[in-house]
Amino acid sequence: MKLRTIGYYFKQAFKSMRRNFWMSVAAISTVAIAAFLVGIFALLVINVNFMATKLERDIEVVAFVEVDVPRAEVLELEKQIKALPGIASVTLVPKEKGLEQMYARYGRDRDLLGALGGDNPLPDYFVVKAREPERVGRIAGQLAQIPQIYKVDYGQQEVERLFQVLGWVRWVGSALIMLLVGAAVFLIATTVRLTVFARQRELQIMKLVGAGDWFIRWPFFLEGFFLGAFGAGLACVIIYFGYFSLLEQVSPNISFLTLVDDPVVVYQVLWRLLVGGAGVGAIGSIISMRRFLKV
Amino acid sequence: MIQFVNVSKIYNNKVVALRDVSVKIEKGEFVFLIGSSGAGKSTFIRLLFKEEEPSRGQILIGNRSINRLKKKDICVLRRNIGVVFQDYSLLNDRTVYDNVAFALEVMEYPGKVIRQRVPEVLEMVGLAGKADCLPTQLSGGEQQRAAIARAIINGPQILLADEPTGNLDPETAWGIMELLNDINRRGTTVIMATHAADIVNKMRKRLIALDRGEVVRDEERGVYSHEA
Repeated sequence: MKLRTIGYYFKQAFKSMRRNFWMSVAAISTVAIAAFLVGIFALLVINVNFMATKLERDIEVVAFVEVDVPRAEVLELEKQIKALPGIASVTLVPKEKGLEQMYARYGRDRDLLGALGGDNPLPDYFVVKAREPERVGRIAGQLAQIPQIYKVDYGQQEVERLFQVLGWVRWVGSALIMLLVGAAVFLIATTVRLTVFARQRELQIMKLVGAGDWFIRWPFFLEGFFLGAFGAGLACVIIYFGYFSLLEQVSPNISFLTLVDDPVVVYQVLWRLLVGGAGVGAIGSIISMRRFLKV
Repeated sequence: MIQFVNVSKIYNNKVVALRDVSVKIEKGEFVFLIGSSGAGKSTFIRLLFKEEEPSRGQILIGNRSINRLKKKDICVLRRNIGVVFQDYSLLNDRTVYDNVAFALEVMEYPGKVIRQRVPEVLEMVGLAGKADCLPTQLSGGEQQRAAIARAIINGPQILLADEPTGNLDPETAWGIMELLNDINRRGTTVIMATHAADIVNKMRKRLIALDRGEVVRDEERGVYSHEA
């Protein structure tokens, strides 16, 4: 292939887009809408995952030690818990610290605590974090088996419900994205097929003067590529500005909602959309013209 | 040299377009294909540039069978055969210049050659001043001249014309015939399917008459019909 011919392909691709202006607008809007929806859902899933991981990471198991267990034995216990499989961290909160925390919390009602008469009725307790959130339940069970521990607390029901909801969101999100991608491919293929159909005559004449298949294909391929890229690019711009302005609105105002604010993650979504849009456009056009290329 | 050896063409719907046709056309000949509609003239022409495949028999061009050609070789074959149709087959969204240059673009000629050759051919067909017109701005005769320019720009050995004067008034048609005759005199084999009795009778060229897919007459310096 000569350089001049490559130039010819590009020229033809852009000429054709200009000539079939409204068809091109239709194709670009189709890709833009599909890419926009896919992008929104992708960001939604990413955010839900992000929040979920954050919540999962925050899940702690609190294990209370019997009040009368001597300190040496408690320290021994700490080693024993650390040795359990799947443990990320173990923090011992001795009863003295517990009392301090209590003082701090009750502040000016210290008199109430004075009634304790210098005794410390609090137990020592361990704050245990699991390496994987799925292990929380098992770890809690193992801790409960230890005789010196009288109570294990980790908000079992809440955790299980959370996992259930997360599973659903991920599943539905992925299914929706796949559905949208499928719909986008179909719409683009149809649009390109219409443009190819409108230019059947041109294809015939090309064949007549001895054009090879790829000589005919390249301009269409590039046209599809650029239509896809333009559409996806449009969607990317909208998503980019939309998402970051949403971040500005949400982050300071709704504290319990932590959205992904790492631009790199957003860029990753956007460039995938761009490449996907261009690819879908190019493939759509090749599929659409297969039928017209028979000799 | 073009040779049909016992060529038959039966379309899928069982219509017999050509039946056992054997003809030989020498290099540099001018041949009229005549016959009523559906006699097989267009099929004859379409078989030559491989728009259709023969059902039986062999077609030879320059002693080489074109029956089983690879896709690539079909392209090469078509680049050496110019084809002109009744409806001109021009791209209406491009100028005359671009329509003619298109054939050379396809063959990946350098820009310098294209810029040199297109005006030459337009001059030859009498469209020198119309290079920047769109086909829709031209008369029928001029459009056909543009189509002929596109067909001959690569200097093909064979020019096929399927009723090229079918849509033209007699005077304009005659202008086209003079152009085709001129091209033939430069050494190009011309095969033209036509209904135009007056043209055939005036030109007195070789004539192959088809009737229901069979060759019924093949005469040097023939006339359209003996009764006429």
